[in-house]
Amino acid sequence: MGIYRYEQVTIFTCSLCAFNTTGNSGKNNLHARRIEGIDKNIWVDFTQLAADYKVVNLGQGFPDFSPPSYIQEALCKAVNGGCSMHQYTHAFGHPPLVSILAKFFGRVVGHEIDAFEDILVTVGAYQALFCTFQALVDEEDEVIIIEPFFDCYQPMVKMAGGKGVYVPLRPVSSRVEGGKALTSADWVLSSEELASKFNPRTKAIVINTPNNPLGKVYKREELQVIADLCIKHDVVCISDEVYEWLTYDGAKHVKIASLPGMWERTVTIGSGGKSFSATGWKVGWAIGAGPIVKHLKTVHQNSVYHCATAAQEAVAQGFQREYELFGTPESYFLQLPEMLNQKRKKLATCLESVGLQPILPEGGYFMISDISSLKVDLNDPSTQDEPHDYRFVKWLIKEKGLATIPVSAFYSPEHRKDFQNYIRFCFVKEDSTLNAAEDILRKWSDLK
Amino acid sequence: MFLLIPGISISLSQCAMTSSRHTNSKRIEGLDKNVWVAFTSVAADPTIVNLGQGYPDIPPPAYVKEALANAAAVDKLNQYTRGFGHPSLVKALSQVYGKVYGHQIDPFKEILVTVGGYGSLFSTMQALVEVGDEVIIIEPFFDCYVPMVRMAGATPVLIPLRLRSNKETSSVSSADWVLDPEELASKFTSKTKAIIINTPNNPIGKIFTKGELQTISDLCIKHDTLCISDEVYEWLIYKGHQHIKIGLRFPQPSSVLTITISSAGKTFSVTGWKLGWSIGPEHLIKHLQTVMQNTLYTCPTPLQEAVAQGLLRDYELMGRPECYFSSLAVELEGKRDRMAAILQDVGMSPIIPEGGYFMCVDVTPLNEDLSHMGDDEPYDYRFVKWMIKEKKLAAIPVTAFCGDASKKQFEKYVRLCFIKQDSTLDAAEAILKNWNK
Repeated sequence: MGIYRYEQVTIFTCSLCAFNTTGNSGKNNLHARRIEGIDKNIWVDFTQLAADYKVVNLGQGFPDFSPPSYIQEALCKAVNGGCSMHQYTHAFGHPPLVSILAKFFGRVVGHEIDAFEDILVTVGAYQALFCTFQALVDEEDEVIIIEPFFDCYQPMVKMAGGKGVYVPLRPVSSRVEGGKALTSADWVLSSEELASKFNPRTKAIVINTPNNPLGKVYKREELQVIADLCIKHDVVCISDEVYEWLTYDGAKHVKIASLPGMWERTVTIGSGGKSFSATGWKVGWAIGAGPIVKHLKTVHQNSVYHCATAAQEAVAQGFQREYELFGTPESYFLQLPEMLNQKRKKLATCLESVGLQPILPEGGYFMISDISSLKVDLNDPSTQDEPHDYRFVKWLIKEKGLATIPVSAFYSPEHRKDFQNYIRFCFVKEDSTLNAAEDILRKWSDLK
Repeated sequence: MFLLIPGISISLSQCAMTSSRHTNSKRIEGLDKNVWVAFTSVAADPTIVNLGQGYPDIPPPAYVKEALANAAAVDKLNQYTRGFGHPSLVKALSQVYGKVYGHQIDPFKEILVTVGGYGSLFSTMQALVEVGDEVIIIEPFFDCYVPMVRMAGATPVLIPLRLRSNKETSSVSSADWVLDPEELASKFTSKTKAIIINTPNNPIGKIFTKGELQTISDLCIKHDTLCISDEVYEWLIYKGHQHIKIGLRFPQPSSVLTITISSAGKTFSVTGWKLGWSIGPEHLIKHLQTVMQNTLYTCPTPLQEAVAQGLLRDYELMGRPECYFSSLAVELEGKRDRMAAILQDVGMSPIIPEGGYFMCVDVTPLNEDLSHMGDDEPYDYRFVKWMIKEKKLAAIPVTAFCGDASKKQFEKYVRLCFIKQDSTLDAAEAILKNWNK
């Protein structure tokens, strides 16, 4: 096999060089308008920074401990399985996986789920979100997003031509004045404010429970308020439930799709990566009524078409095991929240002791902390124009070697300035990592 | 606006609501149909000899599978990696393609790792193509190009390859299917944003020559058009032919702006791994990266690590017969020749492909009168459905790869995939030999 370098016809192309130096001639800009304004991304920026400074990383949300051994074994087994494990499987989901997901979640939600009509397997929950927005949101459609929100919802709505309409969770003031330690349960929606956001242009509302970054686990009554509005205004509910197994202190995860009238208008999104502590596998799914999921499938078949076979096979094996052990002490879906609960408490205690007021999360991977009482000289000129929490997080990385994420990144551009005093910690880390963070914080506290 | 009382089931109005309000967005209107849907169920039936969908039934190389098993055992490799491509993979790609291109390729700025070649096509389309644009597509084309262009809001402009008129039909090569340069030039307008080329081509197997690529390149430069070069079969080149990369001269400003797309699945016979990559100048790749970070963010880590290991192994062997890039092509050439002989023996006229793992064949000599099947579908669709049912042999109709205007030109052709075990080819041979019995 040889590579032939063909000669340019230099006379012909010379005069046209100018057209190509910037690639910006004739046609206005090279890039499509749909990606305008969505090129910035906090993960790209902060992951790079964390890597550059060799930090104790409580920033990006992934475990630094291993997935359960049975799931790693399941992947190895799939890899050594027959030829078919390495070739295309069914586009909308590997049959063993969609079958067990249908069985598993059918039992959880109390509604029969058709494996081949009601489920789409995607490259992580991220791609399920993408398919959902692309499938259902048109120009000028409005999508209600509850703040603080996982940051990708906003650019995804924008890329689909839609308009984000934001409504914030707010700490209930009575609890704060009462001096009680805040938990994520103390952050609530105003029903009137929420209702005021619905109008004939509202296509969908996105909820995330347990919530990233706050850790709120919506109660049934809170979901009912949302459900009532969805039904009244004929709106689709997109329910991001990637942390569904991670609830603490008796908080119960409720699936909005299980409320009356909601199955036919809800897309519920889940994650193999979060369920099995294997975020790098990128296996997610969207479950919902067939007539809606079929539109997600159209997007999927015209964007990635298939997901990796072996990873799906391994997740299927994982769910098969969990189906049999559900509710028993051997279930990873019980063991993981138990393990994480200890870490959650450990981190909260540490943060309190150094004057960083944590908001104790009822669920999820993260805890946010109020930094407004800290007086730090943020004299880095390179971060001058950034929100306070961004500046603080960068200072913490560079000066103290501890990585976190600024919470204003999880707010809309319009509300960001009002929420610049929180930073997010991920506690899904080995105890050694949490201890190292603790050391850094103690030393810093001792200095003050 | 509807007011429903929650908890009370009003099924008729709910159904009406579901159909009226929860309709699809405009961007996917009419894109739900897909040729594969009709034919994938075939794959599940073990009694059918499946030369249809393009994936190997031969095993991938052992070292690639081992690399995946090893990666799965490393804790860190089960968690998120860098969004635009796992560092060890983009570095390995930079090495391999640096050698191929003959100049340095920046692993972090000039490469994006995607979910298969398919994902690269999508990222490119979404990043660079929009409403008001035209995109030239050469027929027959890998079927996803048209719906992807339409989903990006643009207009596909089709131009067919045509069989050279002075060719006898008994020994046709994919090289005999060519573009008419005047016809091609006429397709370029001020709205032409990009042209998609696929070399080696699926389904015909054509490898575009230096002269053909020069013609395309000149037109692109003249009309300020991008080139999207789908080269997923880049290593599957048969004796006497050479794969030429239209994007070869980048990043020099005088060359046509090209995004070049490749596939781990096709390179290592692991289509189920769904990893691919786009290589191009930084100022284009950065837009594809923006799409990536807003669509699926990152590709699976252990799979990327395994592909990196595979590439590093074969990089050392490049140019030698033990290199999988070469050895696979040698193995497939044997199967290609065998497939061609089988078809010729029963009086058919295959188009001998210069590359890739498909062969198209004109089924006219088999003389099957399928008028009893009606005429609402092109002949090749009817033929393939009939052949699956009556002869237990699956292929893909070639009109699936062309627009309506060209259907008459291609409707006597079916596509056969020959990256199959000898036993599969034996079974196909038996069916064809016994055709008239």
